[in-house]
Amino acid sequence: MTGKAVGAAANIADTAAAFDGRIEGQRLMRDWYKALEEAPARGQHVANVFVMGNAVEILRAFDFQLVFPEINSLQTGVRKTSEEYLRLSEDYGMSPDVCSYVKADVGLILKEHEHPAGRIPRAHIAIASNMCSTFIKWAEIWERLLKTPTFVLDLPGQRAGNWRVRPGDAQHAADARWVEAQFQDLIHRCEAITGKRFDLDRLAEVEDRVNKMVAHWNNVMALNRVCPAPYNAMLDGLTYIGIMNVYRGTPEGVAFMRNLEAQLKTKVARGEGRVAEERYRLLFSGTPCYVSMRRLVELFETWGGVFAYSDYLTFAAGGMDAGDLAYDTSRPLESLAEVTALAAQRGLSNQFFAHERLAQQIRDYAVDGIVFHGIKSCRFVSSGMADTRDYLNKRLKMPSLYIESDLIDPRYWSDAQIKNRVDAFFETLRQSGGAPPAGKSVPPATGRAA
Amino acid sequence: MNSSSGDEATLNEVLEHCNDLRLAPIPDVGSLPERYTGTLGHFPVYFPEEIAHAAGLLPVSVLGGGNRLELKHADARMGSFVCSICRSTAELGLNGSLNGLTGFITHPICDAAKHLAGIWARNFPEQLSEILYLPQNVNSPGAVRYIAAEFQRLRGELEKRSGRGVDDDALRHSIRIYNQNRRLLRELYALRRDEPWKLSCTESYLLTRARTRMPCEDHSVLLERALAAARRRTLPSQDKPRVVLVGGFCEQPPIEMLEAIDSNCHVVDDDLLIGLRWITADVPEKGDPIWQLAESFVERSAASPVQHDERKTKEGYLMEMIGASKADAAVLTAAKFCEPGLDEQVAWAKHLDGTNIQYLVLEFEEKMTSFEQMAMQLETFAESLLFAVAA
Ligand code: SF4
Repeated sequence: MTGKAVGAAANIADTAAAFDGRIEGQRLMRDWYKALEEAPARGQHVANVFVMGNAVEILRAFDFQLVFPEINSLQTGVRKTSEEYLRLSEDYGMSPDVCSYVKADVGLILKEHEHPAGRIPRAHIAIASNMCSTFIKWAEIWERLLKTPTFVLDLPGQRAGNWRVRPGDAQHAADARWVEAQFQDLIHRCEAITGKRFDLDRLAEVEDRVNKMVAHWNNVMALNRVCPAPYNAMLDGLTYIGIMNVYRGTPEGVAFMRNLEAQLKTKVARGEGRVAEERYRLLFSGTPCYVSMRRLVELFETWGGVFAYSDYLTFAAGGMDAGDLAYDTSRPLESLAEVTALAAQRGLSNQFFAHERLAQQIRDYAVDGIVFHGIKSCRFVSSGMADTRDYLNKRLKMPSLYIESDLIDPRYWSDAQIKNRVDAFFETLRQSGGAPPAGKSVPPATGRAA
Repeated sequence: MNSSSGDEATLNEVLEHCNDLRLAPIPDVGSLPERYTGTLGHFPVYFPEEIAHAAGLLPVSVLGGGNRLELKHADARMGSFVCSICRSTAELGLNGSLNGLTGFITHPICDAAKHLAGIWARNFPEQLSEILYLPQNVNSPGAVRYIAAEFQRLRGELEKRSGRGVDDDALRHSIRIYNQNRRLLRELYALRRDEPWKLSCTESYLLTRARTRMPCEDHSVLLERALAAARRRTLPSQDKPRVVLVGGFCEQPPIEMLEAIDSNCHVVDDDLLIGLRWITADVPEKGDPIWQLAESFVERSAASPVQHDERKTKEGYLMEMIGASKADAAVLTAAKFCEPGLDEQVAWAKHLDGTNIQYLVLEFEEKMTSFEQMAMQLETFAESLLFAVAA
């Protein structure tokens, strides 16, 4: 290596080391909320979308400003204001037994769209996929209360256990054809709303950026297979996935993911882990409890337990992290349909046939135990959890812990009870001769180059 | 015996049989008529029974465990926050009551129902267990083609399991049999709308539900007998308010709850077992039968809180039910922990607040056993309605 090259490499390493994914992620989130607030003044059209199955690529090609109502709701939890929104919607008549994200959003509507992060603009269209059935009921609420035109994107999921669909086979072709037909319909509707002609080249550009983001994201996920894990999937990972969703298909999103990968690689090269002494590698199954996530992670990290992986990072990114999904930008629309159909099945199967993917992820991330987090009001993640746990306990003899709270409702967080359960779980792990201090060796990361 | 008491006796005998069927386990394969080689379980809401029928599999709706089933296994496998029908269906699987099924098909009506397929895959891998992915978008061009592909897939699976080929003629034959049944079910509901004192909601429910445990052709015979007898009933009309009952599209309200409603109101329309009545007109008996079934799902179909359809808002179809049946009021129910039902209940109530139509909100659970409080609410509601009409 020449002196110049050595200097350049050192610079890159320095830049990577200086990058802090969480701080940069928070900055990008603030920028996004600012952009939301200013969208009406810019005369920009606005679309409500969910994190799974959302046709973001098409909407970006039309220059829609994207609102993620799930993220708005979770942010009320992060900012400790969710209870006010939840109570408002319960006073309005919403049942305590329905999704607290929905209730926080109804509270937001009742508060005239005043969110702790800024004013949320009203949408010109909402896209709701069937990946989580509550999305559809949620969008029907906007139809009703705000007269938002809604487009339901139906993504056929995994039909049965051991469902093997391969790119291009007859089943995949039939599903992709249906998804493409819906995209065509959506495009017509977007043209009518925005008055713009659909531009395939714009779509290809957005897809190219998504490809890059996903490639980096896959590498970021794979880096946590290393011991010690460079980040906590349920703390740092939540910021990362937020950026994956909100900035999907944008130059800022690509830059973030590229820098993040570089930074984490540097950490791995230095042998730095998220916790000073990684003793237990864990898998978190379910959704976070955004009101107390930092506290929950702390309960585990004080025992040297780190969440190396969470299925949340897969399904909440719509299932694109499976490693082999990339858009063919030479045929952008067909490819979008093909990839969406496959990604939807992978995202969905993470939940409805959870045992299949979890069994693989347990191996990939060499974990010592699984933590299942049940959410009373989220049937999407929670309905099959106890049965999945029973199955994995019996088949794989995998130690596991089940805890219950809520996405954003602080009334369901019971600190003493959860702490007791976490402590008892680690005691059992320790007594059963769990992972020794200093961890163990696990396979190296095997990501794809972007 | 005069002819009127003869009709009453016929009706009672049929209803008693229907009630026995309601409480009966799924039919034993050995007891099936010759043309059936097995039973195929399906979860609410809609399932194209014609395809199973043509494959020689008796379609049986799996409607949970009612209020006589004790949960011994399901509590440990499904959270307490999941609706009763899903938990009791899991229990029926885990306690062996559904061992005789050739397969079990569920639908993407809600997330809890989709999870049943995973529970089946993990616990009963020997059974065919699938999600039939009926679309939540029936409005985009291409929906019928997609549904037809999904039905073809189901046809292939059932052929494999039953060992019997399902040709187009066999399917057309099954469609004819089900068309006849659909006509009779429409007549049943028309009778309740026009002369509600002749057939209560409970009676109509029992008659409809009998199809979940018997061949469709036999059910049509049963319906014909019951309808003829009910039409000739000479019961006096009663001074009760006319109401529409909604919220029973999936988990079934206990029979005692329906009886309590009947004691106070004439239920002139409802959405009970709507999946069995999903197709609202004859499926064309000519042409590609799979296509005709798929097209009927989109073009000749009812509505429910778990089917999105831009042409049918939830408030819109409730108002149509109220208007077409000339109802005075509505009973808005929802199953406990049923998220789509609970969401709809709020929407319906808010909508009716903006009209002069009275309503009563009730929450139920299939497993509930105490009805006194509900009966009191209904009595007060009915009285206030009669008072309002009289005033
Ligand atoms: S009762 Fe409601 S929540 Fe339960 S399976 Fe039926 S639709 Fe789903």
